[in-house]
Amino acid sequence: MKKEHEEFIDSYQDKLSAAILEEVKQSVPADITKEKLHKIMDLTLDAYMLARVNAGECVGLVSAESIGEPGTQMTLNTFHFAGVSEMNVTTGLPRIIEIFDAQKEIKTPMMEVYLKASQNSLDNIKKFALKIKETLLGELVEEYALNIFEQTLRVVLNKALLKEYDLSTKELVKLFKTKSKGFTLDVEENQLIFVHKGKPEEIKELYNLKEKIRSVKIKGLKGIKQVLPVKRGEEYVCLTSGTNLKDVLEFAEVDAERTTCNDINEVYHVLGVEAARQAIINEVYKVIEAQGLNIDIRHIMLVADIMCATGVLKGITRYGVVSEKASVLARASFETPIKHLINAALEGEVDHLTSVVENVMINQPVPLGTGLPGLVTKMK
Amino acid sequence: MADVYLNSRFIGSVEEIKSFVDDVKDLRRRGTLPEGLNVHYDLTAAEVHLFSDEGRARRPLIMVRDGKSLLTEKHIKQLEDSEITWLDLVRQGVIEYLDAGEEENALVAYREEELSKDHTHLEIAPGVILGLTTSLVPFGNYNQSSRLIIGSKNQKQALGFYAANYHLRMDMDANVLHYPHFPIVKTKIHEVVDYDEHPSGQNMIVAVMCYDGYNMEDGVILNKASVQKGLARSTYFRPVGAEELRYSGGLIDEISVPDKDVKGYRSEHDYRFLEGDGIIYPEAKLDEGDVIIGRTSPPRFLSSLDEYNLSTSVRRESSVSLKHGEHGIADFVVLTENEEGNKLVQVRLREERIPEIGDKFTSRHGQKGVTGILVPMEDIPFSTSGIVPDLIFTPHGISSRMTISHLIELIGAKVGALAGRFVDGTLFEGEKEADLRKELLGLGFREDGTEIFFDGRTGKQMLAKIYVGNMYYLRLRHMVANKMQARARGPIQLLTRQPTEGKAKEGGLRLGEMEKDTLIAHGASLLLKERFDADRIVVPVCEKSGLMGYYDFRKNGRSISPLYGENSDMSDIEVSYAFKLLLDEIRSLGLYAKLNLKNKY
Repeated sequence: MKKEHEEFIDSYQDKLSAAILEEVKQSVPADITKEKLHKIMDLTLDAYMLARVNAGECVGLVSAESIGEPGTQMTLNTFHFAGVSEMNVTTGLPRIIEIFDAQKEIKTPMMEVYLKASQNSLDNIKKFALKIKETLLGELVEEYALNIFEQTLRVVLNKALLKEYDLSTKELVKLFKTKSKGFTLDVEENQLIFVHKGKPEEIKELYNLKEKIRSVKIKGLKGIKQVLPVKRGEEYVCLTSGTNLKDVLEFAEVDAERTTCNDINEVYHVLGVEAARQAIINEVYKVIEAQGLNIDIRHIMLVADIMCATGVLKGITRYGVVSEKASVLARASFETPIKHLINAALEGEVDHLTSVVENVMINQPVPLGTGLPGLVTKMK
Repeated sequence: MADVYLNSRFIGSVEEIKSFVDDVKDLRRRGTLPEGLNVHYDLTAAEVHLFSDEGRARRPLIMVRDGKSLLTEKHIKQLEDSEITWLDLVRQGVIEYLDAGEEENALVAYREEELSKDHTHLEIAPGVILGLTTSLVPFGNYNQSSRLIIGSKNQKQALGFYAANYHLRMDMDANVLHYPHFPIVKTKIHEVVDYDEHPSGQNMIVAVMCYDGYNMEDGVILNKASVQKGLARSTYFRPVGAEELRYSGGLIDEISVPDKDVKGYRSEHDYRFLEGDGIIYPEAKLDEGDVIIGRTSPPRFLSSLDEYNLSTSVRRESSVSLKHGEHGIADFVVLTENEEGNKLVQVRLREERIPEIGDKFTSRHGQKGVTGILVPMEDIPFSTSGIVPDLIFTPHGISSRMTISHLIELIGAKVGALAGRFVDGTLFEGEKEADLRKELLGLGFREDGTEIFFDGRTGKQMLAKIYVGNMYYLRLRHMVANKMQARARGPIQLLTRQPTEGKAKEGGLRLGEMEKDTLIAHGASLLLKERFDADRIVVPVCEKSGLMGYYDFRKNGRSISPLYGENSDMSDIEVSYAFKLLLDEIRSLGLYAKLNLKNKY
């Protein structure tokens, strides 16, 4: 790009944002004529001015209405994966509420794990799927045999499954050393035999041991209950039910840039607040698209911005965003009014009546739209 | 081996299920076991259930033996000649009642032609799958079941001739239709329930077409001339009553024309219809506010002071009068006593209801609509033979609801009206559509039921042929006259000083939370303020303490601070009363809610 062109584009610095200028620079061909560039910049500026919002426009309320009204038309609360039992996804209104409330425990936590292009093959994805799936001992067991007289617990494992998971009983022994205190451990082909060390006192201990070893993780990542490798276009992707974003990203073959997780809180903790903001936008938009609705993405972006504005992920609940409101009356009008009023009294809070709700309450013009401009007079 | 349960309680076991069950049924049919006993067996679970308890829904079926119905021509003849009754048939084992369980083991044929060796029972009529009111929908077998349900629900709200002694009754909100008809398209059920004794609609000429936009969104258009000739006219009856209540101390209400010195006396004008006994005379035309029954009550609280009071106790006025927006004619007066022996006066009010814009009409197929306009006779479209419709129905009501029976009734009733006969539209057994069309053609009309129409206003022939015929239309009890209400100013609530809610209290229509949001979203800040001005008040606020003060009229109406008395600057502040109330309530919590005043400019 010619120097003079670049200078010309930069002359719009005080009118357009740096990101837009950068985009223009990137997309304009190097041999562009001066006239054409002028025209492009004029049109860009026009489009930018058109997209701007007037001062005093209630963007928040318009967003709320724009999301709320289509929300009333949402149907279907779950979505099922064909062919896979017990793999369904919350969508629709329940999912929207889940996201906007920034709930810690979501109903169907999921991940989409992408592999790096070099590693992407059917074999690899299958291996990877087995590697990350959380396997508990209970899944491999064919039979438990309790012998009360000898105080032994004999665990018979399924040979075929052992082979499939590429495990040997010897490896398992290491895992159980710490978990089975007070017992000695013997191995016999595909059997694990726990023998009580001390005097036989109670059968209860054997029972407890049985329950305990049943839920011992022997392979995979914690929390990943199911893995489903699917083909997306040319490449293979792992869909997981249950999440563990942090550990998944540590695998060398995983493409960390594209791997996502639908648990906003987990994204926030692992990748930070900007990632959480983008996750909110993506997840909400996914729901809206699936419902066949059409909501301008800027409304969702605004909500996501509000949730992340403090640098901490906050849900739109009385503990989250609403607790940040400056006005006592506004907070009291949302939920639990008496609690807010009493706390406000204890702290001697002052309500400056700067926002909408409190002005509606006391029947004063709201400081928005036509109520925003005031009269400035010169006092002598 | 199978377990046997009686009313879900284990009572023993049997070797052979089938023969045991057959024995039980046989004994029941012979009368050894009670008629109300039903038996159900399940071969896979090896269980036999006997039920004799109450609360089971049972239905009658005709018995079948060897593929032959046990109900013969002989029985029917005897029934017609009243030689035997239904009960005799049940006793003879021709008809049997099955419950849900025994039905599971039965094979029931819909029609006699379908009978085979395996069938155990025969349906009395194929239409019995529907209930009584739903069976009143003609040609119901052409519809979705949901439309039939809606159709039967609508019929329950129709005005009609509900009781022959209506003029002696004191029913609440009773409506009587003038000149009700028996439907031209009827079902067998209409005959069974003696529908001609209490019909509830009228046969109207219906055109399926548009007329400007007045029947859009489920509207109907009425012919003004038809209405003026008495179409769908009805009378509305409503009783009002007053009782002479007894109070402690031997005091009693008195029904009479109140004296002028009674507390709360209205104007003489309001009492003008009362006769000497304090009760209105029949046929008086009443308007809102007019007293129907004059009554006075003893004073509410008797203090010891009153006993020495010379002016005796002043009685309260407690007459019964017409409320806001009510009219009527005193129709009928009853003087009687109630259970406690108190004198009871009841007056029935009557009002003629002529169909008007906003009144609700429906056919019998769940096709309800609200009157959009009454078109004068001269503007109504007419056919080549000069036929004008009484009612114009919108074609858009059909496509989405798929009520084919509505269309067939129209053609059926047209045939019936032209041929001078009734048309049968019984569920599954009605006359065939093709036959009706053929007959219509024979009567000299187009086979498809359409006719050439002319616009009444221009006289020009319409481009489309109009589907026109007769239909049984019902007037529903939802009439604007009972519901219409508007308010600019009016009563307010005592606590909040906001307008009351509901028609009975002459209330306002609430501008709710979401409606408020739309005003904000438009930035119409000052409009919003004005809309919520209904409880606006001006209160004096003390600038020092931030508390609301009061005006002291002993001091020329000066405003006084509750903390500093006259030693503070007071400013008049305009807020909503609800907010003032909130501040008071916060203070009642023991919190000091202070208003910091600032200059507005």
